[in-house]
Amino acid sequence: MIAAVFRSRGWYKFRRNPLSMVGLVLVALVVLMAVLAPLVAPYPEHAGAFVDFVNASQPPSWANPFGTDLVGRDVLSRVIFGYQISLLLGVVVLGIAVPIGVGLGLAAGYFGGAVDYVIMRVVDVFLSIPPLVLAMAIMGFLEPTLTNGMMAVAAMWWPWYARLAYNMARSESREGYVLAAEVIGASTPHILIREILPNCLPAVFTKITLDLGFVILIASSLSFLGLGVQPPTPDLGSMVAEGARYLPDNWWMAVFPALAILVAVLGFNLLGDGLRDVMDTDR
Amino acid sequence: MTGATVHTDPPLLQIRDLTLSFDTWRGPVEVLHGISLSVRRGEKVALVGQSGSGKSVTARIVVDQMRRQRGARIGGHVRFDGLDLLSLKERTARALRGTAVSMVFQDPTSALNPVFTIAAQFREVLRRAEPALTAEQARGRAAEALSHVLIHDADRVLDSYPFQLSGGMNQRVLIAMAMANHPRLLVADEPGTALDVTVQDRTLRLMATLTEEQQTAVLLISHNLGVVREFADRVYVIYHGRIVEHGRTADLFADPRHPYTRALLLAVPKISGGGLPAGLMEASEDFLAPAVVHGGCEEPPLDVEAMA
Repeated sequence: MIAAVFRSRGWYKFRRNPLSMVGLVLVALVVLMAVLAPLVAPYPEHAGAFVDFVNASQPPSWANPFGTDLVGRDVLSRVIFGYQISLLLGVVVLGIAVPIGVGLGLAAGYFGGAVDYVIMRVVDVFLSIPPLVLAMAIMGFLEPTLTNGMMAVAAMWWPWYARLAYNMARSESREGYVLAAEVIGASTPHILIREILPNCLPAVFTKITLDLGFVILIASSLSFLGLGVQPPTPDLGSMVAEGARYLPDNWWMAVFPALAILVAVLGFNLLGDGLRDVMDTDR
Repeated sequence: MTGATVHTDPPLLQIRDLTLSFDTWRGPVEVLHGISLSVRRGEKVALVGQSGSGKSVTARIVVDQMRRQRGARIGGHVRFDGLDLLSLKERTARALRGTAVSMVFQDPTSALNPVFTIAAQFREVLRRAEPALTAEQARGRAAEALSHVLIHDADRVLDSYPFQLSGGMNQRVLIAMAMANHPRLLVADEPGTALDVTVQDRTLRLMATLTEEQQTAVLLISHNLGVVREFADRVYVIYHGRIVEHGRTADLFADPRHPYTRALLLAVPKISGGGLPAGLMEASEDFLAPAVVHGGCEEPPLDVEAMA
């Protein structure tokens, strides 16, 4: 199965673009670190509420490559656990936003008429509000917890998928194979799920890969503003926010978590770009 | 030619006074002005006309594709095997499609879903009639159906995606699919027009043999009288949403009486003739002359009792 992927035309095209490969390596690195965090992190116990004032605010050293924070926790360990939170957030947010968005978009595009009008106008309303402002507004009302943060980001994210799926469904609905399916008496769910949806999936998956980076970025922005995940959870955004107060003297507290965000976002972007190129030319 | 052949059984498909109009911002646009045609069991009937004459929408009404179209108003009667297709519930109508009625399309490659193999799409078609069919059974049946359309390397074709096959191959696959559930009526909307002439010709011959073997009635939609001549038992000529001439193929070709039919016949390009003849008219007052019906081809009465 995996061998088949490596022999496929898509992989060949993907491999030829060095940037895509960089993206793949970065994403693999981030995912591996997140999954194996308790094993990879030098001081797993530093992820939570741990205090060691003797080693507080130490610059990078062999013992703490990224230095230590105000209460003596190893920044590298917290960055690695931070990836765990970020990825979890990205996966859950898109896990909620994508099915809702794609489902509504497909329905609007295929049925047209009143269904189209109602769904797409709601989408327009959501899209007319700047995403971060919407998420901030939601978080302002709710308790700033991880779950609520995910809900807030998911709420601002689904309209983009609705619009993507809507446009694809509209163009695919006019394809001969949809007409052919209707003519042989296929049911509406069958046409939507088994005929149109598979033709939209390449685009959706490409967007998911691109978006994982952006979701991490938005979630970090929320945390940076104090509206996201709360301490002592090791969240990259709040680490940057906290460290920023001690710039430039204790630069490592903010810079390393910020670089970690950069690596993740860049990785997902390059990977998504590579996937898009592969998918595009296939059609 | 006696012209006295009496058909007592009601036709399989009977269209009577069918009208179709679209609501537009300028008011309704009439597309069909009350056309009547009928197809008996196992009979091959052609509906011929230029583009925009309403032949394709007629086919679409038969396969129930127009009701969902916004702004489309359909009037008259379409009877299929004793059922009134226009008043049928969506669920009942759907049950007929793909089993009792099936369709072959103009562009074979786009009529197949690009993300599934032929085998997977064939399976869906076969399961319309037999939902319990296993994957292997379906594959066997598909291979058999493909052999009827003279595809002998069935395994290669079944494992291919539509874009990996040629247009002619896809067309044959589509015909095999359309015939797989032994429909009583096959609607063929200009099959193979998107392909080159030799492939189109082969496609039609194949379709003729298959439908004759299975006793399937065919409604062939075409703009080419030359194509129709070899294929159909009877021909209806349609112009601007009206049937202008109707007769057995031999009668109609031997003695085309309506001005439009004559113009259409002249428009069939001949290899010896040096392109299109001069003085060919795009439109003419004469084309609106009353319909000509050749002997023995009067429309059978609409079976009113079965309407309830």
